Amino acid sequence: MTSTGTTPAVEIHDLRKAFGSVQALDGLDLTVRTGEVAGFLGPNGAGKSTTIRVLLGLLRADSGSARLLGADPWADAVALHRRLAYVPGDVNLWPNLTGGEAIDLLTRLRGPADPARKKLLLERFELDPTKKARTYSKGNRQKVALVAAFASDVELLLLDEPTSGLDPLMESVFTQCVREVTAEGRSVLLSSHILAEVEKLCDTVTIVRAGRTVQSGTLAELRHLTRSSVTAVTGRDPSGVAALPGVHDLVVESTGDGPRARFDVDNDEIEPVLRAVTDLGLRSVSVTPPSLEELFLRHYGDELALLDGEATL
Amino acid sequence: MSAASAPPVARRAASAPGRADAGRSGSLTGWTTLLRFVLRRDRVRIPVWTASVALLFAYAAVALDTLYPTAADRQLRATLVSSPAGIMLSGPGYGLEDYTLGAMIANEMALTVMVAVAIMSVLLVMRHTRAEEETGRSELVRAGVVGRHAPATAAFVAAVVANVAIAAATGVVLVATGLAAVDSFALGAAVGVTGLVFAAVAVVTSQVTEHARGASGLALAVLGVAFLLRAVGDVQEQHGSWLSWLSPIGWAQQVRAFVDLRWWPLGLSLALTVVLLVLGAVLAGRRDLGAGLVPPRAGVPDAAPSLASPVALAWRQQRASLLAWAVGVGVTALACGTFVDSVGGVVAENPDLAAFLGDPTDLVDAFVAVMTVFLALAVGGFALGSALRARAEETAGRLEPVLATSVSRGRWLAGQLAVTGGGAVVLLVVSALGLWLGALSVGEGAVGLGGYLGAAFAYLPAVAVLVGVSVLAIGWRPAWAALGWALFAWAFVVGMFGALLDLPGWANGISPYWHVPQLPGAAVEAGPLVGLSLVAAALLALGFVGFRRRDVPVG
Repeated sequence: MTSTGTTPAVEIHDLRKAFGSVQALDGLDLTVRTGEVAGFLGPNGAGKSTTIRVLLGLLRADSGSARLLGADPWADAVALHRRLAYVPGDVNLWPNLTGGEAIDLLTRLRGPADPARKKLLLERFELDPTKKARTYSKGNRQKVALVAAFASDVELLLLDEPTSGLDPLMESVFTQCVREVTAEGRSVLLSSHILAEVEKLCDTVTIVRAGRTVQSGTLAELRHLTRSSVTAVTGRDPSGVAALPGVHDLVVESTGDGPRARFDVDNDEIEPVLRAVTDLGLRSVSVTPPSLEELFLRHYGDELALLDGEATL
Repeated sequence: MSAASAPPVARRAASAPGRADAGRSGSLTGWTTLLRFVLRRDRVRIPVWTASVALLFAYAAVALDTLYPTAADRQLRATLVSSPAGIMLSGPGYGLEDYTLGAMIANEMALTVMVAVAIMSVLLVMRHTRAEEETGRSELVRAGVVGRHAPATAAFVAAVVANVAIAAATGVVLVATGLAAVDSFALGAAVGVTGLVFAAVAVVTSQVTEHARGASGLALAVLGVAFLLRAVGDVQEQHGSWLSWLSPIGWAQQVRAFVDLRWWPLGLSLALTVVLLVLGAVLAGRRDLGAGLVPPRAGVPDAAPSLASPVALAWRQQRASLLAWAVGVGVTALACGTFVDSVGGVVAENPDLAAFLGDPTDLVDAFVAVMTVFLALAVGGFALGSALRARAEETAGRLEPVLATSVSRGRWLAGQLAVTGGGAVVLLVVSALGLWLGALSVGEGAVGLGGYLGAAFAYLPAVAVLVGVSVLAIGWRPAWAALGWALFAWAFVVGMFGALLDLPGWANGISPYWHVPQLPGAAVEAGPLVGLSLVAAALLALGFVGFRRRDVPVG
């Protein structure tokens, strides 16, 4: 695998794209460094697929810059595509081709194919390649695209919500495949609205909303910016904690052991707050780091509030 | 869900009208709702078809009246359509001995309209039955309170609505031009009932294959057979032989509108419609949703080594359809070719016709020229359908994964069009071969294979223009890609009725086919052919430029 050194695999700055009056991308930034798995997180309609299509040279951006493997994704599309593989979120195949034929076609159009690799991946994904594509379910069509992508010897994988039709078993096969790919030094851009998937696989995360990047960084960096959840049972009344800087949403309940306080605390204020709680006669405490769910809730809280707990988050 | 929303749900369930009698209404439950949905989706198509048919009849009535004002003029016309080729493209020839305007319309115009309305009915039914199943949308519908036969019932009833509208419009328009009222509506009814028969044929074929395309092809093949049976039967014997009575198109023509009206042949059509609908219902009861009666076979796990380029992919997608076209064009050409010798015979018996058309050699040439236009139009239809597959690939989401590989847009589109062009060339060769072999088989060798080939290939630039118009649209304004079909429809009208309709020169000139010299009789003129080639090249080049610049999929 050739590494391009310091040049990032993907580098997007202030990307804008409008479809008629709809502003699909509105100043989006995204970086994928070579050899890392970058999560691309956002709700449906946030502009994830549009961004990937710009990177594939399918759409032409209105303004801003996009570089892919150090080249221009629009002008150098054909040369670049030899070095990348793409799995669309909604895989459509030729109804009269079998799955095996579709995989061969897609890999051959990219470059030399490796039949052994294809066979191995077919086994791992438990896909019957002799069935006509029209008989495949959504999950099986997705497997066809995944096998074609993983069977290719490429530097970069662009995966657009690749697991939306896979069952949990197949998801874990997918996770393994992505880990193998990164172990070989290749880069992956993984768009998703499934937080656990991103949390499990990604080194960095870019969160987008309404065509704009709202936050990006490593998982550790993002967590640093955010709050932890604290649950503490104390000897004395903990109501006073609410007045401390960085404490949010304090709820006090009484239990047999004493009053139980639950609250969120900004991570940069956590030390003085925990000290104050300890001084109240601490009986038990749990501090949980924020899951991406909570990060997500914070960014889309206003929208999610409308859904009134219906969301699966 | 919160507790607050529970009471309304419960109330709705209790008052849902479908629930209590669901057991009784069974397999048809929900068809009225679906019918409204079908009519909503076709709210533009059905009125456009109706208006087109009405306008065609109105224009034909006015044009024929202007062209053939006296009885003597009309008798000359009657002699002309008594030739085998004339009979094939018209009717059984009722009223030829006293050729009135009404008899002319019933004998010459009705056939084309019936074929068009039959195609409309097939496509209408297929669009709302098998195509819906194929895309998986009907799964969503059938999961609701909807009976097994409801979607097909709704689609067929929508076809009834469309055909009744066309029948009524035809009657009204013909009465308005001053023709007898009862006969006018009888001709309208004959057209509408023919549409119904083929709507029912489509209901049956939609059960057979898993694909709307294959099921439509099957229904259109039935239409082709019905057309041929009637054509051969009517040529065998004036007013039709027993073969004509095997064809629903024949029945509709046997109504003898404007000559000696009888209604009962339409009863045959209605009876066949009922039989087909029952057959369709029985077949539908024996299969799963989404499945066909012909089960799909397991395929190969690996692609052939050749399947490694856009052109190979396009060929793989279209080879079956090209084969079907080749068989259709070949059989038609062969059949037409066998009539070449009878043209000379008809002229020998009929001094009027000889005077009208000149000496017999010219007549054979003229006949071959007419057949070649007809076949070249068919080739144009293939080419247009094939070129528009490029657009279909994009809308179906199959273009993106290919363009995400190292295939350039230009290479991909060129691959698609290579199959289109290659297929058109093959079909032109097949049509020339068919005419030549057909003529040889009846001992008519006045025109050599070269002559037939030359006549056919003169149309290649015109076919390329049709394709070019669609490619231009695909490149710049994909929503208008079907524009090519509008041009094709016009080329068809001019090619088949140009002389009859007496259109102004510019209107004829819109059709690319109109510029092509009528070989083998006419002089070979390079000018129009070079001109058409240049126009086609310009359209294609512009289309490619646009396609390389625009968004995929288009925003």
